[in-house]
Amino acid sequence: MEKMNETNATAAQAAQADRHAFGFWVYLMTDLVIFGVLFAVYYVLKASTFGGPSSNDLFSLSTALTNTIVLLTSSFTCGLATLAARSKKLNQTIAWLAVTFMLGATFLTLELSEFSRFMSAGASWQRSAFLSAFFTLVGTHGLHIAVGLLWIAVAIVQLKVKGLTPSVVSKLDRFTLFWHFLDIVWIFIFTTVYLMGIM
Amino acid sequence: MKASLKSYITGFVLSLVLTLGAAWLVSAYISSGSSSRAMFTPDMLIGILLALAIVQLFVQLIFFMHLADESGPRWKLGALVSAVGIILIVVVGSIWIMNHLNYNMMASPADMNTYIQSQDGF
Repeated sequence: MEKMNETNATAAQAAQADRHAFGFWVYLMTDLVIFGVLFAVYYVLKASTFGGPSSNDLFSLSTALTNTIVLLTSSFTCGLATLAARSKKLNQTIAWLAVTFMLGATFLTLELSEFSRFMSAGASWQRSAFLSAFFTLVGTHGLHIAVGLLWIAVAIVQLKVKGLTPSVVSKLDRFTLFWHFLDIVWIFIFTTVYLMGIM
Repeated sequence: MKASLKSYITGFVLSLVLTLGAAWLVSAYISSGSSSRAMFTPDMLIGILLALAIVQLFVQLIFFMHLADESGPRWKLGALVSAVGIILIVVVGSIWIMNHLNYNMMASPADMNTYIQSQDGF
């Protein structure tokens, strides 16, 4: 009887985790629409440089590629954290999350130093419609990354305090979805903003 | 594909190859002087880059986000398809309309007057 109750409880927890994952997925899809609209704005305003610097003058392939590889690697290590959490390895989960945090922080630092380089070259968001659209699109992605970093920090504290409880693991699964989602958005920023901006 | 070390490594390696491939194509295009010596015309290169990005989108959806695992009614896929549908309408529609607006607004006011008078008769 007790065994059966336990099975029921596990099944109920799994069903709840599924519902939470789906709810979070729907949020991600609405976020995707926000990014889609910002992409549309960028494509429309790309040529409107108002005599200021164009994407060709500003963007560098090596910076964009470094950013992309760093974020892609962090997406991979974040997946490894989920795997460690599923096989109940607490320390390994925390270690991979810490690596993900470091890579995410590196990405954000590189992005902010790129922004400051643009601005000191007189290419701030006030210079032209192209730059307003660029900073809004890439900055919104960077803001999501910053929120993700905060989320990793909270997740590590929760893991240390509570351990791998079902509720902590389910939150971790949602963070992983969020992080992979941000990497997918970045693929399109890398391709359509940076690569197409310098070719 | 079920979440496993294999699925993450496969996804990571494929994404790396696709990213580096796209970057290599662009750097080869730039160093060729983007003239007649280039392998591709600009439009062809844009098409190839978009194709590579879309392949990588699917790689990450399948190997990282495990979209293909979903069983029963595929609500996640449905939500994704709706979002992508809205995005395609907004993005393609914006580019299409705004490019034509630019085309129409290029003329000077005097030329526009002549154009409107000759085309629309007022």
